[in-house]
Amino acid sequence: MTTSLPHIGHPMKVPDTTTMRDAFIDAAADLIDDDPRVAVVLADISNGHERFAQAAREHPDRVLNVGIREALMVSAAGGLALSGMRPIAHSYAPFLVERAYEQIKLDFEHQGVGGILVSVGASYDWSQGGYTHFSPGDVALFDTMPDWTVHVPGHPKEVGGPLRAAALTDDKVYMRLSTLSNAAPHQTTGRLSVIKSGEGPLVVAVGPTLDNVLLATAGISVTVAYANTVRPFDVEGLRALAHTGEVVLVEPYLEGTSSRVVAEALIDRPHRTLAIGVKRVDLHKYGTPTDHERWHGLDPATISERIASFAR
Amino acid sequence: MTVTSARFGYDDLRGLITRVVDVKHAPEDSTLDVLWTLYDRVLDLSPERLDSPDRDRFYLSKGHNPGSFYAVLAAKGYLPDAWLDEAFTAGSRLGGHPDRTLVPGAEISSGSLGHGLPLAVGTALGLRAQGLLKPRIYVLLGDAELDEGTNHEAMAYAGATGLDNITVVVVDNGSASHGWPGGIASRFTAQGWSASEVDGRDHDAIEAGLRGHHGTGPHAVVAFATSSI
Repeated sequence: MTTSLPHIGHPMKVPDTTTMRDAFIDAAADLIDDDPRVAVVLADISNGHERFAQAAREHPDRVLNVGIREALMVSAAGGLALSGMRPIAHSYAPFLVERAYEQIKLDFEHQGVGGILVSVGASYDWSQGGYTHFSPGDVALFDTMPDWTVHVPGHPKEVGGPLRAAALTDDKVYMRLSTLSNAAPHQTTGRLSVIKSGEGPLVVAVGPTLDNVLLATAGISVTVAYANTVRPFDVEGLRALAHTGEVVLVEPYLEGTSSRVVAEALIDRPHRTLAIGVKRVDLHKYGTPTDHERWHGLDPATISERIASFAR
Repeated sequence: MTVTSARFGYDDLRGLITRVVDVKHAPEDSTLDVLWTLYDRVLDLSPERLDSPDRDRFYLSKGHNPGSFYAVLAAKGYLPDAWLDEAFTAGSRLGGHPDRTLVPGAEISSGSLGHGLPLAVGTALGLRAQGLLKPRIYVLLGDAELDEGTNHEAMAYAGATGLDNITVVVVDNGSASHGWPGGIASRFTAQGWSASEVDGRDHDAIEAGLRGHHGTGPHAVVAFATSSI
């Protein structure tokens, strides 16, 4: 895989009420119609969705539901790739990534084949379901393996373009979908997008954290850059924007996941990094996603306090 | 990669294996006759056709002790027999578990148990989706490897969906810690597979088992073998 960043194009036109999961299913079903190489592998999750059901009726050999067998789902996706197909495997993040981690490592990585993995659930989307359905560590797990592209869309309109682009390659691609979303979509170029410019630290907001970051920084002079592709990270953009050597990372998954990337990018200059993200803790709590944002310090008030303290 | 190699016969295999490993590593031998029969009589495959979409596939799931596998690949011209003498060294393509990116003829990288059959399920689905109805996928597992639950995910799904282009051969050398009361074959037939039990040393019986699929579902062969080098 090359180190160049993917150029994925503009946000796609989808209805404003569509969720990221709906946007994914629509785009995947279109791909099944258009590209005979594409096959979707499911483990019951999303199998009942009408677009997938319709695609399964029309292309029964390429919409494959293995039942509640996530390890098989991921291995079978690897086996499909070995036969020359372009597999898309999809389930809840903890089952797709954590339960089947060795299958990802060995049946894509070690076999030398690619595939597209698309999760829902994120860090605490189904907060009422509790910790069994949370996957704050998924992106960190992909960091244990070489050459995965990781997309963290912040809006449903940021889903279809990267998925279509990924289907045209043989790359290893992970898409982390969430029910948390920003009010407006942004371009999906693979590069950092500057949302506002200021004098203080560079604040990098990843995916659905952007709106909270904008609220948190409303009264202060900082540069806010938005990332919805985090691997490969836009190192060039980071170096160009981190004028002060002070970087605040706000990530909707495990806190500090991208600290290593920032440290490597700025190795040749003095720098400080503040990492804000999901804490390494099982809270044993339910509530709403907004409650979890507050408990983990990803709410606007806490982000604001931590940036103020860091910049002092 | 183009590989040229001398060809060897069955009687040469034990000599080739001892070039890879010390003979005291006897477990090599429990798979030898099944591997030979596959490559000598059953697989529609040759060193010149490793990229052919229409070839049969052999997935060695039980990647441990691959000396017999390497010996058969060398005997059939997939790799130079000189590679056997350098196995496990720093620059060798032949290691303690086969790596498909290094070994011509190794269709999968294996070593961690319980991956070959789930991979084969995906490949079987992929071949079917591409209209490639002729090739079969043969998967070799060990009886102890069946302990891994991923095999049972794959067995249930392949049986339920009638995935008729897969043949599993389980080489049973009695090494599963808790055994398989009622027999291994029954695990497959209960899930909609056909199954044969054969003497894992008898090439005619092995061949008959490997050709015993009926075209209506996946097929399993249990080959009883003990180490005897």
